[in-house]
Amino acid sequence: MNRIMKSVDTLAIVGIIIALYFAFIYAPTEAVMGAVQRIFYFHVSSAWIAFFAFFVTFICSIVVLINNNLFYDDIAESSAEIGVIFCTVVLITGPIWAKPAWGKWWTWDPRLTTTLILWFIYIGYIMLRKFVEEEDKKAKFAAALGIIGFIDVPIVFLSIRWWRTIHPNVLQQGGGGLHPDMLTALIVCVVAFTLLYISMLMKRVNIGVLQRKINLIKR
Amino acid sequence: MVRYFKTVYHIIEKDLLLELKSKEVINSMLIFALLVVVVFSFIFEPGAEYKNDLAAGILWMSIIFSGILGLNKSMMNEINGGNLNALLLAPVDKSAIFFGKGLSNFLFMLIMEVIIIPIFVVFYDVPIMNNLLFSIITLLLGTYGFAILGTLFSIISVKSKTREVMLPILLLPIIIPVVLSAIQAMNIFLKGDDISESFKWLQLLLVFDIVFTLVIYVIFDFVIEE
Repeated sequence: MNRIMKSVDTLAIVGIIIALYFAFIYAPTEAVMGAVQRIFYFHVSSAWIAFFAFFVTFICSIVVLINNNLFYDDIAESSAEIGVIFCTVVLITGPIWAKPAWGKWWTWDPRLTTTLILWFIYIGYIMLRKFVEEEDKKAKFAAALGIIGFIDVPIVFLSIRWWRTIHPNVLQQGGGGLHPDMLTALIVCVVAFTLLYISMLMKRVNIGVLQRKINLIKR
Repeated sequence: MVRYFKTVYHIIEKDLLLELKSKEVINSMLIFALLVVVVFSFIFEPGAEYKNDLAAGILWMSIIFSGILGLNKSMMNEINGGNLNALLLAPVDKSAIFFGKGLSNFLFMLIMEVIIIPIFVVFYDVPIMNNLLFSIITLLLGTYGFAILGTLFSIISVKSKTREVMLPILLLPIIIPVVLSAIQAMNIFLKGDDISESFKWLQLLLVFDIVFTLVIYVIFDFVIEE
């Protein structure tokens, strides 16, 4: 286990360095937006990790409810925490890019708004875990929220998209045709971030398992 | 199956009897809902033209906030004296107990709305008669979705250390589709716009209600084990 963890760590560190090279040097500078567009590679990668992390929480929540194995609860918790971190990164890097590109820090665009609501749901998830004392109840309650929260996300997204089509957005989403080199840089960044996620998840799950052991010994 | 609905019915009956005696939940919801309506009226100048654009939103804010108050009160009544734990020990389907609680909360909110809406119409002078039937459907669908998820999260939050503080934090982000659809649909009805525009919102409310009724039905027995 330790060996695997070490090799994943190494891969993640190397991956991030390569990703930095690709995002800052390899990828061509965007013609209209200039250097600020380079935030896009880490922004999209973080968004991908956030959604993926919450998906892992969703799956582990279902498993916890079915078989009561608290190890999956540790995974669900760890993944949700990491997801919130990356979701925060998305919400911070987004406005930094949006200000020069759109002229505003924030618009109530479906993707932005859904990400913000997602953030709130999982902040609630983490808070709930801190406020329930019994291990067993904590796992079950959190699992309920992990499942309902994730199922809710597409409905939230749909409702907000309809809302915005009623009030059309002045600022059209750019994007469309990405330069092939940009696409390469994006893929490299996504892979590097996924490695980083796996390495963080393993560490956090390990802490959770140790914590449970200590609590058992204490009692 | 019959037994399941009987359990649901008896829970509702119990809650209604209790509420008829104490009137704690509905009264506190009612006064709070009225207060929200009054306080929100300071947003605009008296008689401002855009008043009708905001009316549906204000009505729903008052329903949501007073609903949270009522849900907490109703669930704290169950916690005091260990009533909820006793109920869950009963040899019946646990989700039946949940839906009994959920539907009685739904009923309380409907009673509150029946009283609050005429007052709201008087205060804000909104043309509620424009599409009364559709407005009622929106209120029913929206309130049901709110009550059913609210009941689940109120059970969860009263069992946490911070008690009722957790309910709005857990519930509000989840019910954003309900709030948004209900307000948008009501806006269309109150302003007398093309009704067909509102059908997608009503559909969304219906889908939301069905999806989460099923999800809770499936997971509730696993989540709450006493």
